[in-house]
This record gives sequence, C-alpha cells and structure tokens, in this order.
Amino acid sequence: MADLRKTLFGPVFDNNPIALQILGICSALAVTTRLQTALVMSLAVIFVVACAGASVSLIRREIPESIRLIVQMTIIASLVIVVDQVIQAFLPEVSRQLSVFVGLIITNCIVLGRAEAFAMKNSVGQSFLDGIGNGLGYSLVLLLVATLRELFGSGSLFGVQVLSLAQAGGWYVSNGLMLLPPSAFFIIGLLIWALRGWKTEQVEERG
Amino acid sequence: MANDSVGRTFLVAFLVCFVCSLLVSGTAAGLRAKKERDALSIHYRNVLRVTGLLTPGTDPADFWRERVEARLVELDTAQYSEDFDPNTFDPQRAAGDSALARAIPSQADLAGLRSRPRLLPVYLIREGDEVRQLVLPVYGKGLWSTLHGYLALEADLVTVAGFGFYDHAETPGLGGEIDNPRWLAQWPGKQAFDEQGQVRIEVLRGQVDAADPQARFQVDGLSGATMTARGVGNLLRYWLGADGFGPYLERLRREGFHG
Repeated sequence: MADLRKTLFGPVFDNNPIALQILGICSALAVTTRLQTALVMSLAVIFVVACAGASVSLIRREIPESIRLIVQMTIIASLVIVVDQVIQAFLPEVSRQLSVFVGLIITNCIVLGRAEAFAMKNSVGQSFLDGIGNGLGYSLVLLLVATLRELFGSGSLFGVQVLSLAQAGGWYVSNGLMLLPPSAFFIIGLLIWALRGWKTEQVEERG
Repeated sequence: MANDSVGRTFLVAFLVCFVCSLLVSGTAAGLRAKKERDALSIHYRNVLRVTGLLTPGTDPADFWRERVEARLVELDTAQYSEDFDPNTFDPQRAAGDSALARAIPSQADLAGLRSRPRLLPVYLIREGDEVRQLVLPVYGKGLWSTLHGYLALEADLVTVAGFGFYDHAETPGLGGEIDNPRWLAQWPGKQAFDEQGQVRIEVLRGQVDAADPQARFQVDGLSGATMTARGVGNLLRYWLGADGFGPYLERLRREGFHG
C-alpha cells in the first residue's frame, strides 16, 4: 500500500517532473496564461501519461529492443491524437487557444520519459498509477503558474473577474508581463526555490 | 532473444500500428459529425456577432434559419450566382482554386491579397419581409497575419452596423486589440461611404476629433498597432471598393434588395 502511494504521490512533490527533473517546461510556458487552458492541458497530459504507461507496460515483454522507442512513440502519438480530437469536438474554444500544444504532448519529455524509464520495467497497474502521479505533478505546477498568471495578468480566475481592472474603471492595473512567456520562467524558478527550501534533499550538490 | 528477430520485429511493429490506426481513425470518424455541427455553429455565431442582433440565449442556428439568407455574389458582374450552395461554399479554398479565383491588379490590391475568389457569400439579415442588415466577409493582411472578419451594413448600405474579426494572429495586447470590444464599439453608426458613393471609412493614427465633420468616417487608431490598424483600413477600402463588393453594393442601392 505504501508502495502504491509512493508511486502515485512521489512525483507530485518528491520527484516532480517539472520542478525536479525540469521536463515539460515548453508547454508550461505556453498554456498557463489562463487557468481553463492549463486545466484542460493538465487533464490531457494525465490521460496520455497514464494510458501510455499502461499500454507500454502491457506489451513490454513483446516489444523488440531495436524498435522500442518507435513503438512507444506510436502509442503516445495515437493517444495524443485521440485526446486532441476529443478536445476539438467538445471544447472547440479551448482547443483554439491550446492550438498546437496538445499535439506537442507527443514530444513532451515526461511522457516518453515515464514510458521508457518506468513502464518498460513495471506492471500495468503500477505504470498507470505512475502516469497519473507524474501527470498530477505536472498539473500541480501548471495550475499554480496559471493561477498566478491569470490573477495578476488579467485579474481573473477561470475567466471570472476577481480584481477589477483599471482599463474597465476598476482599481487593479494588470501586470502585462504575466501574460508573456518569460513570467512563467520566473514563477517556475520561484516555485523550485520554494520547493527545495522545503525539501532540502532536492538541492543539487555543488560541483 | 526471440523478441529481436527480424520477423518478430516486423510483426510487433505491424500490430502496434494496426491497433493505433484503428484507435485514431475510430475516434476521428466518431467525432466528425459533432465537429462539423460545431464548425457550422461557430460560423453562424461569427457572422451574427457583428450584427449585434443575436440576443444571449438564442440558438444561432435557429436565428440563422429564421432570419438569414445567404447568397453568393459574383463580384465582377455584381450578380447573384446559383452555381454553388452559399452555405457550404468555402471562400478560402476557392481563393486557391485557379478556376474560381482571379488575380487582383497590384495597384488595386490594398489588402495585400494577390488574388481573390470570383464568388463570395453575403448574408442578408431579414426582419419580416425587410432586409435589415447586409453582412459582408472581409479579410486582408495585418502586420503578421491575415485578418478575417465580417462587416455588417445597415439597410441604407452606407452606415456600419457592426464590425469584427473572428480570426487573426496579431500580437496580443497590441495588434490583438482589434478584438477589444471598446474599440469595436466605435464602428456602429460610422459612414462607410460619402454622398458621392466614395469609400471613406478610415482608421486614423490617434484619436478622432469629434468636432471634425469627417469624424463620421473615422475610427480611432490603436496605439502600438499602427500596421495592424492600417491593414484594417486598407482591407475595408479594398472590399468596399470597385474591385471588391463596390459594384454589388452600387447595384443594390439602385435596384433595392429584391434583385
């Protein structure tokens, strides 16, 4: 039981794919100007990592060594296309904002990383949980960044105006930097700092 | 290891691809109907948004069925064409089809388009038996991207009823401000043409001086978006002008909507 918990929640704080492994940064910059897009992206990534992990694990004994990465990529790409189609069909507006970034989950290092490093060696159930855990770790960072960026950049959360904007006669002068990609770097940097201040074993040794 | 023999490798590769392709094509086929319905609904909404007539809560498809008549106009002859269904005619595809497109002479090419379809859809918005507004598709180059929008004219075919873009890729916060509702709110009521029928509508650099008699033709510029705003003015002048919908609008003014 403790093992399952570790598989599921380990990647959230102890081994966070973005904060510790510094993977998947690209999409974390692009889709975090609003919470809604970040949430849809998070769900898509959780689904893809979990299902890719489970599928790869299911056929891990059959996959020939020489084409193992290609097989993993084929599975991942198919899952991502399915997710992309579903988002296009049911959330056309969000899909327009996410544009290519759903497709780019295919190249998100977290997905292939988990398939290769974990799912090839572990059981289906564990791989699925590991996928969900890593997806959650990614989502946690994405949602935190998106909360800060939407709140301070647009004065809203999930599109609901929280701080009344000066442009619309309110008091809050929005921070335009928050809507630009560099702000995500700053926020992720600060998050990593905070996380490593809390869990000091994550601090890298000085070389 | 037996897994690594050539035959085995091919077999696994084939099976993986087969299962994955089933999954992908199954999803695509299953969702196609819904996506097409959505695309149509988005199209209706894009057209109706500029008219300002679609009240919240109304289904765009219902409004469309009851009050919108789509027609295809052959721009050069100013006549309606019955060759295609205006609801399924795709102007962007037609612009790339040599049989349906025509080159724009470079001195007339204000919108930077090089060529345009011979036919374009227009939308007559009815109220009872009367035509209340005419919605024209307009597009042209901004700074980075092609701006796609609709212009709604009142029944006098001079006064702007509404204007807006539904697709562009200008810089958010700068050129992207062409989507700002407060900027778009200036358009309704402006005069696109003067009494001689010349296209006069323009986007200024800076603010409109309300005391100026020309103010009825003018819209504020967008700070930080000079090029995009110029593109907006140019594309309107092109599409309302002699190479665009000009001849058609002239015919309607002469003959009325029942032509």
